[in-house]
Amino acid sequence: MLETLMLSRIQFAANISFHILFPTITIALSWFLFFFKFRFDQTGDPVWMRAYRFWVKIFALTFAIGVVTGITMSFQFGTNWPKFMETVGNIAGPLLGYEVLTAFFLEAGFLGIMLFGINRVSARIHTLATFIVAIGTSLSAFWILALNSWMQTPQGYEMRDGVAFPVDWLAIIFNPSFPYRLTHMLIASGLTAAFLVAGISAYRLLKGDDKKAPKLTLKIALTVAAILTPLQMVVGDLHGLNTLEHQPQKIAAMEGIWQTQKSAPLLIFAIPDEKEKTNHMAIAIPGMASFILTKDFNGEIKGLNEFEGNHPPVAPVFYAFRIMLGVGMLMLLISWSTRIQLWRKNKLPPWMLKALVAMSFSGWIATLAGWYVTEIGRQPWLVTGILTIKDSATDIAPENVGFSLVLYLILYVVLMAAYLHTLFTMAGRAIEIEEITDEEKVIHKNTSEKLAAKLPTQNKQEKNYV
Amino acid sequence: MFEANTLAIIFAGLMGLSILFYAILDGYDLGVGILLPLDQSDNSDTMNASIGPFWDANETWLVLAVGLLLIAFPAAHSYIFKELYLPTAILLISLILRGVAFDFRAKAAFSHKPTWNKVFKVGSLMAALSQGYMLGMYVMGFQSTFAAYSFSILSAFGVAAAYTYIGASWLVMKTEGQLQKQAVQWAKKSGWICFIGVIAVSIVNPIINEGVYDKWFTWPNTILILPLPIICFALFTISNLQLKKLPKTNDKHCWVPFVVAVMIFTLCFFGLAFSFFPYIVPGKLTIWQSASAPESLSFILWGAIVVVPVILGYTAFSYRVFWGKVRELRYY
Repeated sequence: MLETLMLSRIQFAANISFHILFPTITIALSWFLFFFKFRFDQTGDPVWMRAYRFWVKIFALTFAIGVVTGITMSFQFGTNWPKFMETVGNIAGPLLGYEVLTAFFLEAGFLGIMLFGINRVSARIHTLATFIVAIGTSLSAFWILALNSWMQTPQGYEMRDGVAFPVDWLAIIFNPSFPYRLTHMLIASGLTAAFLVAGISAYRLLKGDDKKAPKLTLKIALTVAAILTPLQMVVGDLHGLNTLEHQPQKIAAMEGIWQTQKSAPLLIFAIPDEKEKTNHMAIAIPGMASFILTKDFNGEIKGLNEFEGNHPPVAPVFYAFRIMLGVGMLMLLISWSTRIQLWRKNKLPPWMLKALVAMSFSGWIATLAGWYVTEIGRQPWLVTGILTIKDSATDIAPENVGFSLVLYLILYVVLMAAYLHTLFTMAGRAIEIEEITDEEKVIHKNTSEKLAAKLPTQNKQEKNYV
Repeated sequence: MFEANTLAIIFAGLMGLSILFYAILDGYDLGVGILLPLDQSDNSDTMNASIGPFWDANETWLVLAVGLLLIAFPAAHSYIFKELYLPTAILLISLILRGVAFDFRAKAAFSHKPTWNKVFKVGSLMAALSQGYMLGMYVMGFQSTFAAYSFSILSAFGVAAAYTYIGASWLVMKTEGQLQKQAVQWAKKSGWICFIGVIAVSIVNPIINEGVYDKWFTWPNTILILPLPIICFALFTISNLQLKKLPKTNDKHCWVPFVVAVMIFTLCFFGLAFSFFPYIVPGKLTIWQSASAPESLSFILWGAIVVVPVILGYTAFSYRVFWGKVRELRYY
């Protein structure tokens, strides 16, 4: 039987990994939806409304899973990591509190109107509701990443009797790694949503859907992906440099550098060996790691030997980093080649569509791998320099944690299967819908004006009802 | 800048308010879930449509309530949820199941819909039962005795009945025709069970907890607490009389049972809060012993002062938009 600490860690990792998949989609998908709705209001072209209707259902499903799996989080801090709140609760608490107050309520409050209110409020209010939901999802990322970054690079606090007290809230929120991590995560969300939209649209085209909407969404998603992928690489590089400055042991683990050295090589692949403190089967580009991190082929990089007993386990960080980079490269290759093909021929060959379907959830893999790099890379600390993981564990009986963990794992497997199945079922159903009719064009052209004229009276009638 | 003791009281108040809002709001949508018929009638769609635009926001009150406990009283948070570790895990899993089932039932392949309906119903029921169990254990001071477990199981059914009652009342207000008649029957039955539950808790609570007994039966507290059961009794009577006459022509008074249920929930909540204040873990920890640093609490208080009225405002707006009898839920 594993001990409580390890079980708690696995459970927390499982819960947060499963949870983050869904917000990663909705943070950016909400902006896609806002864009569709905004373009519809502008042009009155029903194809935008078709795109909106299809994707808002996927958004609703994804958002719901995100909300309910997120509730788990607010309970776990206290149950499994009591010392975390005892030690840094004065700082973590308000940041979490602001997330609930500003982000969660904003999203949840306007979600009803966004999903079901289009015929009950004016077009403008409905677009506004969509916009507010998008703002809410991004704000949520803002607060949670502020807290996460503070745990990585804490500042703006003082310790009194082993408890952290806030001194400067601006310094706490805008701690050194925060701007980089937030940008990196928001773009990751953009890429995840873009590849999902592209993948599902490609699936519909591949299955013989010849309507305008999936072609339009494919084009938009690939444009977004082609722009964001290189941007993400630049931001990732800057984030890495920031990490080198504040958490050099994490970089050493990512790069598999055991001894401090000049002209450190970039390892394309290797098997790091923590016992022998060396790498096996390394495929390396000489001097490249030094160049990326110091902009000098002869630059010196601190090795893991400088952080004896105070650095993360090397293998998981090392591998996760390479998985993230590998998926990123694939994203770059596919988004650019398909976008260029689309630009030249206005149509994609089946094999390219298939490649896009295969990439539908590539964003998830890259995002999770990236989070594993940064979170495992923080070990052995829970909050850098303040609290270690070991010291923050709970004293609940391991059987109880094991029991809840098993329940969660079964639940997550079932949910994931149902989610993926449903997504493609919905895409399949959308294929059968008929193309926009002439009638629909006329109706939609007048929708905004009609709605605006109709609504006040409708509301009045209903008031008399109850 | 507020003083530390005042801040603890303010945050206890805010947390209490969130718990009350949660119990009322998620109470009715859990109740609707518990009542969901499993035959393939249109009723299940109408019933779900009546809570569709709201349930996400309703559950956010739970996140806020637990969040405030975590933020303002971290020691109490870890004490309570360590004691209630397993029921909490069951609650969370139930909430996850019912939440996803709500969306899956409408979006998955049609052949899977009956399965998701079942998941939605069972998830709602389990969530209500585990909340009731947790409330029971809390009232009993987390003792590991036979009496405590029995009481908690009783309380589990009491809370489930209460949620069913407010859910049925919600349906009486929001639906028409045959479903409304059915809802009236549901409200009558669950109202009785709920009534018995309230009486049981009111009797057991002061007997078990000395502190509560002293508080209830010391002058002048008695005058404050005594009206609560009397008003509650009167409200149950009003609700019951109305339910016998509903539905009326032109659907007059269809809102009465729901409003009465909200009032009963509020009174019961104040009764409980009054019994335990200033303890946040009954008999063990007061709000002052477990409060966070004042600089943290005042930082978040300023935000709450601005944000909470805004939340209430747009929640009201959302209810206004979806005012009236429920219509088919469509994404456009």
